Amino acid sequence: MTRAARLLAILLVAAVVFPWIAGPYALSVATLILYFAYTSQAWNVMMGFAGQLSLGHALYVGIGAYAAGALYYHLGIGPWAGLPLAIAVAALAGVIIGWLAFRFGVAGVYFALLTIAFAEFTRIGFDHMAWTGGPGGMFLPVAERDHIDLLHFRGPPALYYYAMLALTAGALALCARLLDSRAGYYWRAIRDNEDAAQALGVHVFRWKLLAVAISAGMTAISGVFFAFYYNNLFPEQIFSTGRSIEIILGSVIGGVGTLFGPILGAAALTLLSEAVTAALAALGWEVPGAKQVVYGVVLLGVVVFLPHGIWPPLAHRLGIRR
Amino acid sequence: MSFDLVVNVVLAGILTGLVYGLMALGLSVIFGVVRVVNFAHGELMTVAMYAATLLFARFELDPFLAVLPVSIAFFALGYALQAGLINPFITRPEHSQFMLLVAVGLIVINALLMAFGPDARSVQVDYQLESFELGDILVDKARLYAAGLAVLTALALFGFFRVTRTGKAIRACADNHFAAQVVGLNVKRLYALTFGLGAACVAVAGCALTLLVDVTPSLGPQYTLLAFVIVIVGGLGSMLGALVGGVLIGVSEALAGLLISPSAKSMLSFGLLIVVLIVRPQGLFGRKP
Repeated sequence: MTRAARLLAILLVAAVVFPWIAGPYALSVATLILYFAYTSQAWNVMMGFAGQLSLGHALYVGIGAYAAGALYYHLGIGPWAGLPLAIAVAALAGVIIGWLAFRFGVAGVYFALLTIAFAEFTRIGFDHMAWTGGPGGMFLPVAERDHIDLLHFRGPPALYYYAMLALTAGALALCARLLDSRAGYYWRAIRDNEDAAQALGVHVFRWKLLAVAISAGMTAISGVFFAFYYNNLFPEQIFSTGRSIEIILGSVIGGVGTLFGPILGAAALTLLSEAVTAALAALGWEVPGAKQVVYGVVLLGVVVFLPHGIWPPLAHRLGIRR
Repeated sequence: MSFDLVVNVVLAGILTGLVYGLMALGLSVIFGVVRVVNFAHGELMTVAMYAATLLFARFELDPFLAVLPVSIAFFALGYALQAGLINPFITRPEHSQFMLLVAVGLIVINALLMAFGPDARSVQVDYQLESFELGDILVDKARLYAAGLAVLTALALFGFFRVTRTGKAIRACADNHFAAQVVGLNVKRLYALTFGLGAACVAVAGCALTLLVDVTPSLGPQYTLLAFVIVIVGGLGSMLGALVGGVLIGVSEALAGLLISPSAKSMLSFGLLIVVLIVRPQGLFGRKP
């Protein structure tokens, strides 16, 4: 067993036993960490592996959430049927956007802005769609919380925690496999030098499209989770550019293109955010905006002083290669 | 719906669009030269709007007079921001630059929220409710003045880039960063100057806009997106494109507000952005990237 595998195993065991020792607040924070870790990992496939900067990933969260949510709300069909639908619709959306962008040579900053435009366009579209509740939101019927109903993904908070833990662990394993697969090598070649990759015969268009489809499909799963965890969906919240930034933050802080970076980054940021809230409350200084200012300053500090994120230097210190 | 109403709405759209255009011009100039997308652009403009409302509340200074001190302060602010924070990021990957400016925007907007709260602020001057009448067509005085100021500022900037040595040097940097360094231009200083000029544009646009809209901290991210839409439609890095893009967006938003529904107006803008990005990614007036 390598050092990395040992550390990972310890972490996983700790995460599995966590709900037995944690209170409800700690459990909700941990669920949030895993949610951001997973979603950021999904974004990382597109940006960190294949080098395609998406600033509109909230689009896929929203599509996933609304696809599964609407199915449940209108037809009473549970999330297990909603899940594949959500993945399919989001992956299709990703492929359409990617097809348009890559076919017409929209790259770099322009591609990033295109992803924002699609997310904003969809947000306003959902604002005007009465079938999903419009700006007033869609509220899923909330069932009882004390017994576990796996079929409808209803149960106590620990159920959601374990679901998110399984997703995060699964995504980590999937990404590790992907990175060492043929696709992973092609992606990294495209990321580092697209022209050179093309000259070597890599079908750049196809592999980029695959990265977008996988990333979008993975992101849609967090949307389904979001819908059934929070039970309410507002276009203003779920599709907003602020949400897209939140998704990216974990990877950027942890380390873009690394496997463990998104998880570490999500944990660091979520804990920081909670700590700042608690500290400001303890100081009796609960001015709106104060928390975000502190958050912004820390973010600025990390971006300026740790250009590759916190995981690469930490991994080096721990003696782990990647 | 009468014809006069449509004409009035279109005219108001053109005039507001020119002010939007000046804001976008700042973004375009910064991107065209420094090649960094300023994701804190709307946030900076919101600061300028607050500065104008504060100067009005304290000293009853007309926003059109506040333009001078605010734009000078913003030039200095922009210069410092580029020299101190962004210059080291020029060689970093795009997502890194993006996060840097997002962090700046986050700090700025929430500092405003802490200082002034979420409530809208505005200025009241006596000519705000007056208008020029041309038959059945009404033109708001404040809107006309604001548009005039925007055009004058844009012309001044255009002249600066055409005529002065510094302006030419900045254009040289934009054309070929490496060659500019070879001939001995201080590229980093010129970048800082450019960001200062872009920020000054934003300051002028912000002061003018306080006469047309109420200011809240939440305007920041909205105006950042609006500036992007305008600049992409017009062509990133093209000065004329920014103004024309501003007018185009101003008119289309005004018409969409009238014909469809006010809340759908920005959907039209984003739709336009998507079409332009795909069909003509360099924008209407941009050179091929």
